[in-house]
Amino acid sequence: MAKNKDIVMSVQGLTKVFKSGILNPEYTVAAKDVSFHIEKGKIISLIGESGSGKTTVGKLILKLINPSEGKIIYKGKDIAEINDKSETQNYYRRVQGIFQDPFATFNPLYRVDRVFDLIFDSFDLDYEDKDKAIRDALYDVNLNPDRTLGKFPHQLSGGQLQRLLIARALLMDVDVLIADELISMLDASTRIGVLNLLVESCKKHGMSVIFITHDLNLGYYISDKSLIMYKGRLVERGDTKKIYENATHPYTQMLFEAVPEIGERWDPDEEFLPEQVVDDVNDFYQNNKGKGFVEIEEDHSVLFSDQ
Amino acid sequence: MSENILEVKNLKAYYDILKGQVKAVDDVTFNLKKGEILGLAGESGCGKSTLASSFISRKKPLKYISGEVDLVGNKIMEMSEKEFKKLRLSTISLIPQYALDAFSPTKKIKTYIADLARQHGIKTDKKFFNKVKERLDLVNLDESVLNRYSIELSGGMKQRVIMVISTILDPEFLIADEITSALDVSSQRFVATMLANLRDLGIIKSSIFITHDLSILYQIADRIMIMYAGNFAEIGPTDEIVDNPRHPYTRALIDSLPKVGIQYKDKRLSGIDGTPPHLLNIGEGCRFRHRCPYAIDKCEETPQREQVAEDHYVSCWRWKELGSDLSGQK
Repeated sequence: MAKNKDIVMSVQGLTKVFKSGILNPEYTVAAKDVSFHIEKGKIISLIGESGSGKTTVGKLILKLINPSEGKIIYKGKDIAEINDKSETQNYYRRVQGIFQDPFATFNPLYRVDRVFDLIFDSFDLDYEDKDKAIRDALYDVNLNPDRTLGKFPHQLSGGQLQRLLIARALLMDVDVLIADELISMLDASTRIGVLNLLVESCKKHGMSVIFITHDLNLGYYISDKSLIMYKGRLVERGDTKKIYENATHPYTQMLFEAVPEIGERWDPDEEFLPEQVVDDVNDFYQNNKGKGFVEIEEDHSVLFSDQ
Repeated sequence: MSENILEVKNLKAYYDILKGQVKAVDDVTFNLKKGEILGLAGESGCGKSTLASSFISRKKPLKYISGEVDLVGNKIMEMSEKEFKKLRLSTISLIPQYALDAFSPTKKIKTYIADLARQHGIKTDKKFFNKVKERLDLVNLDESVLNRYSIELSGGMKQRVIMVISTILDPEFLIADEITSALDVSSQRFVATMLANLRDLGIIKSSIFITHDLSILYQIADRIMIMYAGNFAEIGPTDEIVDNPRHPYTRALIDSLPKVGIQYKDKRLSGIDGTPPHLLNIGEGCRFRHRCPYAIDKCEETPQREQVAEDHYVSCWRWKELGSDLSGQK
C-alpha cells in the first residue's frame, strides 16, 4: 500500500447520477462508488469504453460537475467545500486538464501564446522572467519556441498543440493532470513522442497524471496503476502489470480479447459478440453474490458483485 | 489478368487550389485481387482517403491528372458521371469516414434504407426488405432496428447497419474508410471481423480497408499498402510487411505501436521525429527523406517502385542495402 504522505488525491465512494426530464425524470448513474488514490509522480490509467463513466470521473475531479455522493480529498480537504474564488483559483492552479481535441482548446482567432498569457493573468506564478520561463517550458516538451510562439493554432499540428498544453501544465507546476484521451487524435508516429514526454515530465516534476483512455495498449505502456471502468463502476483496480497478467473481471477479459495487436491474431473460430459481455458480467455477479469489491492479491482488487 | 478486380496504374489526383496544386495522390500503382482485403495505412494527410474518393467521385477541387484505373473492365477515370452512376453500390461501394454521423435523426432506419435504395433505382418491396433482414441477422442485429431512430443505436450498431446498406447489392469492390476508428475496442473487433466474413461469404468480392491502425490491418488484411505524404511507400503480404518491412517508414510506423507487454519503464518506444511535409507544390525527391534516419543525397530524386518479391513492392533507393537492418529490430 502507498504510504499516506505519497497520496496526492484521494477519491472516495464517488457517485454521479444525472437526471433528465422534469415530469418523469430519468436517472442515469454515470459513476457509482468509485474509489482510488493518486500517488505523487505516478501515472494512473483510467480505462473504459464509451459510456463507462471515465470522463465523468475526470470532470468530477476538475470540479466541472458536482458529485451526488462521495468525496474527493485534496490536501486533506474535500474539494466540494472549496467555494470562494481564491480557493477555487488555488485548486485550479494545481489540478488541470488536457482534452482530446487540441483544436477545440485553442481559440483560433488568437495566437497560441495566449494560453500562457492567460495563466500568468489568472494565477500568481512565481517567475522572475516570464518569457524565459515559457521558453524553458517549451524546450522541456521538445518544442522550439522560435517556431511555436507567435503562431496561430492552425499553423501547428495536433501533436505540437498537445505538447504546448503539457508545457503550460509544467509551467504551473500542477500536482494532478487529467489527460482525457490526450493522444486519441494524434497519428501513430507522433503519439508516442507525446506519451514519452508525459511520462518524463511526470517523473521529473513529480506531477501525477490520470490518463483516461480506451486503448489498453497505451494504458499498459505508460501507467503504474490502472483502473478499469464499466457502466459507471470500477471493476478492477490495482498495479497495471498485475491487472494485465491476471485479468479477473469478465469485462476486463473481454477488452483483452478484443484489442488488436501486431504479432497476435484474433482467433477466427471464436464467435466474438460485443453484446455477450453484458450476460457474462451478469452471470459473474450472480455467481459471486454478496462478495463486493475484493482484493485478490496485493494491490489488485476486483468487483465480484455489484450489490 | 482477369483475377484482378482493380488495377491502378500511375494514378495522380491533385487538389487544385488558389495557391497551386496539392499532390495528394501522386503516382500510385497497385492492384487488388479477387477475394482480397487490401489494407491501406498511413498517417493523416497521406492521401489514403483521397485515393478512395478519386475512385468514387472526383468533385472539385479534387482533380484527376493522369493514370489509369481499371475496375473489372471499366476504365472508370474516363467514364462520364452518368455511366459511372450505374456502377455505384452494385460494383463499387464506399463506406466513408464518419458515416456514423450521416444518419438522419428524424428518420427511422427503415425509411433511411428505403430512400437510399430508391435513389439507386431499387424496388423497395417485401423481397428487398427480406434481404435486408437476412443481412441484419448476419451482423447480429435484430430486425426491430428498422423501426428505430439512429439516436437509439450505439456506434457499433450504426456501423453494422451501414455495412448492411453498403453491401446490399453485393458489390465487387468495397472501400471501407476508417470504419473502426470511432468505435469501442469490442465493436472494433466485431466490425473488422465482419468485413472478412462478408468477403468469405462472397457478398463482397474484394475490399480496401483504409485505417491509420496497423494492428487492425494485421488481423484481417491479406496485403498491406503503406502510403506516405501522397506517395506510395510499400505494398506486400501482411506478414512480410510486418516481419520484413523494406521501407524505413514502414519500420518506424510498426515500431511506434504500443503493445501489451511493453511498459515505458522497461522499454521506450520511439516515434518519428518531425511532421509530414506540406503537399502544396512539393517538388521532387522521396517525401520521407526529412524524417528518415537512412536518408542520403540520392533521396533528393524521386525513388522508383521496385519489386522485392512476388507481390511485394517498395519505393526506396536504399531498400536492397538496408535489407536486414530494417527487419532486425523489433
